[in-house]
Parts: sequence; structure tokens; C-alpha cells
Amino acid sequence: MRWRRKARGPRAPKSLRRSFVTPEGVDLRLELASAGTRASAFILDMLILLISLILTTVAIGLLGIAKARGELFMVLWLIGAFVLRNGWFILFEMGGRGATPGKRLLGLRVVARDGGRLTGGAVIARNALREIEVFLPLSFLAMQAAQDMADGFLTIFALAWTGIFLFFPLFNRDRLRVGDLLAGTWVVNNVRAKLGADLVAARAEQPRRIFTDAALDLYGIYELQTLENVLRAGQEEAIVTVAATIRRKAGLPDDGDDYAFLSDYYAALCARLERGMLVGRRREDKYTATARR
Amino acid sequence: MSALVEGAAAPLVNASRFRAAHEAEWDRLDQLVTRIEKRSVRALSEDDILALPLLYRSALSSLSVARETSLDRALVTYLEQLCTRAYFQLYGVPDTALRQLGGFLARDWPSAVRSLWRETLACLILTIAGAVAGWWLVATDPSWYYSIIPDAMASGRDPAASVETLRATIYGKQEGGALATFAAYLFTHNSQVAIFAFALGFAFTVPTVLLLVYNGLTLGAMLCLFAQKGLGLNFLGWLTIHGSTEMFAIILAGAAGMKIGTAVAFPGREARTEAAVLAGRKAAVAMAGVVLMLMVAGLLEGIGRQTVQADAMRYGIGLAALAGWLAYYYLPRRREGQDALAA
Repeated sequence: MRWRRKARGPRAPKSLRRSFVTPEGVDLRLELASAGTRASAFILDMLILLISLILTTVAIGLLGIAKARGELFMVLWLIGAFVLRNGWFILFEMGGRGATPGKRLLGLRVVARDGGRLTGGAVIARNALREIEVFLPLSFLAMQAAQDMADGFLTIFALAWTGIFLFFPLFNRDRLRVGDLLAGTWVVNNVRAKLGADLVAARAEQPRRIFTDAALDLYGIYELQTLENVLRAGQEEAIVTVAATIRRKAGLPDDGDDYAFLSDYYAALCARLERGMLVGRRREDKYTATARR
Repeated sequence: MSALVEGAAAPLVNASRFRAAHEAEWDRLDQLVTRIEKRSVRALSEDDILALPLLYRSALSSLSVARETSLDRALVTYLEQLCTRAYFQLYGVPDTALRQLGGFLARDWPSAVRSLWRETLACLILTIAGAVAGWWLVATDPSWYYSIIPDAMASGRDPAASVETLRATIYGKQEGGALATFAAYLFTHNSQVAIFAFALGFAFTVPTVLLLVYNGLTLGAMLCLFAQKGLGLNFLGWLTIHGSTEMFAIILAGAAGMKIGTAVAFPGREARTEAAVLAGRKAAVAMAGVVLMLMVAGLLEGIGRQTVQADAMRYGIGLAALAGWLAYYYLPRRREGQDALAA
């Protein structure tokens, strides 16, 4: 098992974590939604929209209202389609959840970049801009398909121009749409999560293994938290590999119970590193020397 | 040296003690926030609401402590998401729909439109310039008419048509009598175009300006055509009844787009993105108003114009609507604090 080495030096801001300090002075470190998730949420919304539009149309048609009162039906349909197309995103995002159904399904939320309230103006701005981001390229494509235009240059120009807006989120590191840029919003992950079990307390009642300082000096915080992930994921293969590696490095005999061994090692290592941390010796990973800073 | 040792003192880990001490609070906060997310604040009892900010602050301080003293990543991740969700329920929630609507009608809509006055003036001038150019072009050479106005829009109203045909388009009834449908169609179509014009403003206002000038061109060309057949005033009445509202709305939509475009191009003292955000939020509020205006225009055009046939009435309604909009937007009013919707 090889521990991946973290990049040294000035850390490139590649992650989607953004510092966000609350009025109480705590950094919440928001996690922005990735472009892929956002696209999926949008596609989900469009699907729900289309299906509901088709279903209502069919339902009204079947009920026979269309024949009895054609005009009323037409009016309702026209207004309904308009409200769905423009109001769906705006009304849902103006609600308390700050998310359309598609976004909610994927655990996203629209948030003002300055951390303030999400105002109606911001929501309208970010969604009105969708006209040039999505519907303009779509209508261009439809026009091309319908007319089979031969003007290659114009086509390329139109596609390039609309493509800039469509793929805008990929060109900036905050994954902002043009609409987000203009409305001062961004989309963050807002998933509900359960508190994982306490790995140390779970083993408190059982007989434990004792490790030498030399065995515990092998690793730092980064490795400890990777070990935590391995234990929580509970994959047999990973546990066997990790246990074998630690035993080989520390020169310990195999006692047959890999999971218990790793749990005990985790608890011991965690206690040791925390003790170091409290006296100002924070060991980031196994490459950092144990020597005090 | 890793033999099993019975009854050895369990290693003390900060996370365990910390969890034992505070997990009940976190759980309660989690439950409250979940209930708000699933339903609304009204699902909480009074006690819960009083407890919410306290629980939130204690969770925040737990997060700070956990980050500094604990290496249990699951704990820190859990607290981060809990605090984030609680933060947005406490600080990021908009007003209720009714209050937003009230604030929008009373303050935000007119003030947003008022703040666009410079752009509105520019857009008005552009439209008039377009109209003058359209008139002049058609007056000098009627064949220009065909290049300005597409066949679908002209629908028989071209220089070759007789006076009677043209008169019929002004005073005739809509075929089929589907007035409401026509109104609905006009409203949705025009609103979509207006939103489009607004969004296009982001591209440094160039497309918005083009749209406005073209709008003026068609207006001028048609006016010239009808005037040449001696129907100028009648056509103007036909147009005024809804056009005063509709043209105003289109000019405002253009102005909103222009505001954004100029803010992006010339941000002034602000950073470019900040200027764009300020302009964007304000202009978006005006756009919501534009859509409402177009709804009124659609009703006037689809129903009013077909039922009201007298020129004087048409002028009267159109000019009254215009006066109403102008008064609503530009009459000075008391300042009441900050506008919540656009702030």
C-alpha cells in the first residue's frame, strides 16, 4: 500500500472548497457543486418539466375539455407553458429551499456569494440569463436542422458564440454560469449526512493490542484519516492490504484479525497524534519528521 | 509487540469525549433543520425556534473545537454540513412570497425602473431613430419595405395592398374570434422576446441595441406605409391602444439589458463582477415588471383592440395607460428605507 503524497508548496486551488466565514467568525468551507452535478440537475429539471407538460396536455385532451372549450384550453396551455418555462426555476429557487426539484434530488442549493439572503432579483437574473445560455444554442441547432443551411461560416460562428455561454462554467474555477456571475450567486453542495460511528469507542470494551512508539511513529494525520476512510468503507480487500502493509512496516506478526488490528492501530495512532497536536506538534503526513516545529 | 492485552486502559481520543458531550445537541439541531428543510419554519414550535440560534452557535463552536483538537474526520465533515445547512436556514432564507410581492409592487419595481432612466432614454432615442430611418427608407423607395418587414409579419400589409385591405386590417375583427388565445399568445411570445433581449444585454449590449433599432425600423416602415395611403392616424390609434404599453415594456427590457452590458463593459469604481451583480439584480427586478407590463399589453392588444373600434377610444385607452405607467414609475415618492428585493 502506497500513501499518496500530497503536493507541497503553495497549494493549487483545484478543489471546489471555498472559504466562507460566517458572522460568528467560523469558516464553513463550502463545497461548490461540480459542473457535472449541475448539468445533471438541469437535465433532471428539464425532464420533469417536459413530462409534466406532456402529461397535462394529454390529460386535458383526454378529459375532452379541449373539444368542448378549445379556446380556454389554448389559453391555459400557452400561459402554462410560459409559466413552466420561466417560472419553474425562479419560483422554486425563490422558495425557502433555494433549489429546484432537480437540484434537491442531487443535494444542491443556490446561495448568494456574499452569504446574504437570496433575493428575488438575483434569482430572476440568474434564470433569465438561461435564455442565452441554453435556449439560444438549442434554437440555433433547431434552425440548422430545419433549414439545412449551407452557410458554414455563420454556423460555426453561431455555435462558437453560443458555446462560450454554454460552457462558461467550465472556464472559471468557481463553476459559475453567466447567470450566476450576474446574479452574484453560486451553487453549493448541501447534502444531509449522518454522523459516522465513533471508531475508537466501538472497541473500548474489548481486549486491545498495544503498539510500540516506533510502530506508531510510522504515520501522520493524512495517513490516519485515510485509514479512517478504509475502516468506514469496510471493504475486505482494502482492509487486508492495509493491515498487511502496516504489519510489514512495523514488523508485527499476523494475528489473523485484520479489522480488529486496524481498529486498535487507528485508536492508538489517533490518541498519539492528538496528544502531539495539543502540545503544538502537528504531524501532517508520514513525510513530516516527528521533530518539533 | 501487538499481543492482545485484556483490560488495558482505552486510549483517550478527543473525538469520543467530545461526541459524548455534545451529540444530543447536534442531533436536535439536525432534526430542527431537517424539519425546516422538509416543510417550513412554521413546522417548529416556539421552544424550537428559540433554541435554534443557540443550537446553531454551539454547533459552530463545536466545529471550531473539533477542527483544532480532533482528528476524527467523520466528525468534522458531519459538523461542517450541519453548520452549513443551519447557516442557510438562519441567514439565507428569503422573505415569504407575500411580503416579497408586496415589496416588489410598492417599492422595488418602480425604483428599479427609475434607476434605469438613463438607459431608458437611450433606448427610446434608438427606437425613435430606427422609426425615422424606417419611415425615410420606405418613403424614398417603397421596395425597402419588403426587406425591412418579413412576409409573415406583413401578412398582406404591403405597398401593393389597396386602401380597403389596409383599412380592414385596422378595423377588422380577428378571424375565428379567439381573442383570449390571441392575447395569451401575444403575451407569451413578447415576454419571451423581452427576456431574450434582456439576456442578450450581457454581450456588451450590442445585440440589444440591434433588436431595438430593428423594432423601430419596422414601426417606421409600417407607419409610412399607412400614412401614404392616408390611414396614418387610424393606424397610430390601432397601435397606441396596446403599443404605448408594449413599446414602453420593450424599451425597458432593452434598457435593463443595456444596464448590464454597460456595467460589464464600464464597471467604474467597482470590480467588474461586483458591478455586474449590482446591475444584474436591479435590472432583473425591472424585467419582472416588464413581463407584467407585457401581460397588460397582451390583454389590450388581444381583447381591447378587437372590441374597441373607435379611434378616439383607442387613443384614450393607450394614452391613459402610458400616463399610468409614467406616474407609477417616475412620480416622486417617499423613501422607505432600503429596497429588500433588489438590495
